[in-house]
Amino acid sequence: MASTHILSAYDDELKYLSRRISEMGGLAEQMCSDAVRALVNSDAALAQKVISDDVILDHAEREIGDKAIITIARRQPVAADLREIVGSLRIASDLERVGDLGKNTAKRVIAVQGTGVPRKLARGLEHLSDLALVQLKDVLDVYATRSAEKAEAIRSRDEEIDAMYTSLFRELLTYMMEDPRNITTCTHLLFCAKNIERIGDHATNIAETIYYMTTGAQPEGDRPKDDSSNTLGAITE
Amino acid sequence: MNMMSESAVEKALDQKMSDASHKMIGKDVSVYYGEKRALFDVNLNVRENTVTALIGPSGCGKSTFLRCLNRMNDTIENCRVTGKITLDTDDIYDNNIDVVELRARVGMVFQKPNPFPKTIYENISYGPRIHGLSKNKADMDQIVEASLQRAGLWGEVKDRLHESGTGLSGGQQQRLCIARAIAVSPEVILMDEPCSALDPIATAKVEELIHELRANYTIVIVTHSMQQAARVSQRTAMFHLGQLVEENDTDKMFTNPDDQRTQDYIMGRFG
Repeated sequence: MASTHILSAYDDELKYLSRRISEMGGLAEQMCSDAVRALVNSDAALAQKVISDDVILDHAEREIGDKAIITIARRQPVAADLREIVGSLRIASDLERVGDLGKNTAKRVIAVQGTGVPRKLARGLEHLSDLALVQLKDVLDVYATRSAEKAEAIRSRDEEIDAMYTSLFRELLTYMMEDPRNITTCTHLLFCAKNIERIGDHATNIAETIYYMTTGAQPEGDRPKDDSSNTLGAITE
Repeated sequence: MNMMSESAVEKALDQKMSDASHKMIGKDVSVYYGEKRALFDVNLNVRENTVTALIGPSGCGKSTFLRCLNRMNDTIENCRVTGKITLDTDDIYDNNIDVVELRARVGMVFQKPNPFPKTIYENISYGPRIHGLSKNKADMDQIVEASLQRAGLWGEVKDRLHESGTGLSGGQQQRLCIARAIAVSPEVILMDEPCSALDPIATAKVEELIHELRANYTIVIVTHSMQQAARVSQRTAMFHLGQLVEENDTDKMFTNPDDQRTQDYIMGRFG
């Protein structure tokens, strides 16, 4: 933002929100990457750390909410300032959800610890999580620059994650059909895959919010989707 | 009570507004105070049954423009107005226009409440009397009551109509001035910072009144309070250095204005 407010305390409040969002983003990213690492390495200690980190993220979201409410009450923001504050609230809630998804994945580490994760599936999960985390990292970088064009570019990339998720879903089904003893582990892994796919969705939400904050308009058109898992296995003639 | 729900009334009004013809049209309006030019070719149309707010920093020309709309600038020596302003189809700067009649059609409410040092009744009845709007005492009583009703002041003053208008509180005095403006059945009401001398409660009452008056009158309001413009108006015009920078729907103006200068001004930023 080129110009500054006549009231410098107002700028400080907005900067606080944006700094806290960036911190939340960093932590959410770390949690998700740790959760997947804990899963493929069956690392219970790391999983436990992810679970306890979620408290910090929840707390940060509440603090951002409180600060935003106070800023609205004191400053009666309009135009870009108002969009900035409302956007902060939305992004904070998306990041909080990302943290929850990381935590949920971490919780499943203990359940699949006994059997371990088959190498091939582990690679698939890692690949999915790489895609989702790049998406999350990029969207946080865009948040720092507030570029509407880049936000829109990120939004169109969610398709790739959806396609990867569908293929993983298919693979897990095959494992379960091969040997019923795989069902417990595979079901947990299916939830983990879904969690990771959802992280990509939240990153896309954040990209849309950034687009709105910058331009004041909603991004046009439906977001691209390539998740056909909801019809997978349906009996077709 | 009216059976039409509040939101239905709003909707009907908004519909009326979007179809609204332009009650007043300002074309290439420029104003000079002696050598100094205060307004530069302003093109601004005022829609019927709409509250139009004029905003902008001090000295931007918003009050100057407002005062052009009922030729209040005529009273200032050295002041010269060029361009054209019409009320319906009448050119208000035409030589054949009776300025006194014009000011009855386009009433004005000022920053500081300025009731006449007379009774509440006489404050209201003065205008209708000089314009010959009433035939007899009963007629006049009716005009006074209706005007005070419309201004939301009747309940508070009906038992003391013959006490001095200056004895009322600031907020009541301002509503008395609005009642006085209404009494001559104007078509347009101009308000120059009508709430800047009032406390928040009196301000809220005047704003509520503006909201209600919109159904029957066309209102143009100059205000320094961005929030007030956002609260009471449907259209907002932003002035800067004697120029009209942007005119837009108020909702758009306060969420996503088109012009950077508007954005900087309403957000309280350095340009």
